[in-house]
Amino acid sequence: MMPPDLFVLFVIGPVVTAALLAAFHKWDTFQRGVSLAVSLGLWGLSVVGLLSLLQEGQQGMVVLRMGNWAAPYGIILVADVLSMTMVVLTMTIAVAVVAFSLRTVEQAHQEHFYYPLFFILIMGVNGAFLTGDLFNLFVFFEILLIASFALLALGSQPGQLRETVKYVVINLIASTFFLISLSVLYRTMGTLNMADLAHKIQTTSGELDSTLTILSLVFLFVFGTKAAIFPLYFWLPGPYFQPSAGLSAFFGGILTKVGVYAIFRTFTLIFRHNPALTHELLLILAALTMLLGVFGALSQMDMKRILSYHIISQIGYLMLGIGLLTPQALAGTLFYMVPYVLAKSALFLIAGVVQAATGSTHLKAVGGLQSHSIPLSALFLLAALSLAGIPPLAGFFSKFIVLQAGMEIGRYGYVGIGLLGGLLTLASMLKIWNGVFWGEETGDRRPVSLWPLFPGIILLVFFIVGIGLFPGILYSVAQTAAAQVADPRVYIAAVLGMQD
Amino acid sequence: MEFVIISVIGVLFGCGTYLILQRHLLQVVVGLSLYSHAANLALLVSGGLKRGNPPLLTTDAPYVDPLPQALILTAIVISFGMTAFATVLAFRVRQVYGSDAVDELAGGEE
Repeated sequence: MMPPDLFVLFVIGPVVTAALLAAFHKWDTFQRGVSLAVSLGLWGLSVVGLLSLLQEGQQGMVVLRMGNWAAPYGIILVADVLSMTMVVLTMTIAVAVVAFSLRTVEQAHQEHFYYPLFFILIMGVNGAFLTGDLFNLFVFFEILLIASFALLALGSQPGQLRETVKYVVINLIASTFFLISLSVLYRTMGTLNMADLAHKIQTTSGELDSTLTILSLVFLFVFGTKAAIFPLYFWLPGPYFQPSAGLSAFFGGILTKVGVYAIFRTFTLIFRHNPALTHELLLILAALTMLLGVFGALSQMDMKRILSYHIISQIGYLMLGIGLLTPQALAGTLFYMVPYVLAKSALFLIAGVVQAATGSTHLKAVGGLQSHSIPLSALFLLAALSLAGIPPLAGFFSKFIVLQAGMEIGRYGYVGIGLLGGLLTLASMLKIWNGVFWGEETGDRRPVSLWPLFPGIILLVFFIVGIGLFPGILYSVAQTAAAQVADPRVYIAAVLGMQD
Repeated sequence: MEFVIISVIGVLFGCGTYLILQRHLLQVVVGLSLYSHAANLALLVSGGLKRGNPPLLTTDAPYVDPLPQALILTAIVISFGMTAFATVLAFRVRQVYGSDAVDELAGGEE
């Protein structure tokens, strides 16, 4: 059993590391060594933390009260199985991205605080997963945003600057709406603590329901902008296309999932008073997001752009699970999230390797890479087929569980759209395969050794294959998390109950 | 009094929206900062505008809710940082492109 106080390290650790790295930003080896050591350390710690929660089954939840002020007055961090799974996932991607960055980040970028900014980003993401308070969710969102703004703009290439401007303006507008809806929520309910909100909404007799429904839709707009759901996804493909491959992998893998997590948390814990409206809306948006994302992907001719549009499509599947709101579907959402984030980050890193090997990721400019590097082609194929849902890889079980949950409650239309989306995903993955790896050799071959770039990708693909071979382990984790989330009383009791 | 503040919030939002829809980045940045002022005022109103005693446990008269002020303080710091970043970004765009009109930011596609 891990001591509860150690859970604060997932927030404090990265920011202390960032300060340390910023102070010694000229020391090359120090930067890389400390970054790798800290991300590995936090990864190990997060796995231990998740295991210690799982030992207690459905009661496995750690509540940290800052300054020992009792909730709902003080600031709290809540680590339940859902949050900790997300933290483990974040740290896994972080390890892979740091391992990739060691070889790919330019000296100038590194001296301009690449690693410190990356750790501040990790702090914001972990904090957003662990906080038990809507206002602190806002604060952690802003922390991860400012770090991501700076990382996107690093280097100041013309295309980068343009996409950063779009990203900044969209996100700042969404943040303003977040603040406004927080103030209206505070005025209505008198609290911003998530457990307290859920408790008060459950115990009101329903006279506030119409206000709460409107508020929940404003929150959906805010989180939907960050998560890139239909019709708010228009900003996404540009910024995720521009930065270096390591950053694309982290942004594409984790950043939009913070928005999805926020929707997951608020629409299972707080806004459950009117599922006939809010969760039906989630389902409709999910279906449109799935389809339009994958149509966008099919129409693109660049590997990184295809992958960027895929992020949108996959977010649709996650929203589908949240909208169905049965324990089975919620477990399916979490089970979907893990292999998909691993595969997505791996694919972006592979795009980075393709860029390093040939100088381009455009399908017309590159071809026949499979004879140049067989390991790279194999890694791509494993990750891409998992994303498309081909058995026995992990992605197959993800889609299976979500769609099975849809069948169980008779939502055949959405299941059909999900299957169609999967088929089109396969088509667009084959488009990359045919364009970049198969066929005649075209394009440059730069004389660089590709092996040093592989460790991070191999790590991610190892987990994808592992989950595919032993899906039962992740499924039991997802079921525990879903059992906690499906019954908010456990969460409320853990946060508000034991005020000793 | 609340009505006055709420009207001010509305006006700030209107002006902010107008500025965000302009061509030049500096106007967009000013629009964003007007947005954040409006949001801060909304937080202030959320606790209720009333006179009262300081929020101490020893006083028993009606006291003022301290939480919105703490929230505003946090929000001001954050929006200050964001506005500073956006200003520098606009300046850098002006340096790189020679213009800060958003429809002239081309290049870097492939």
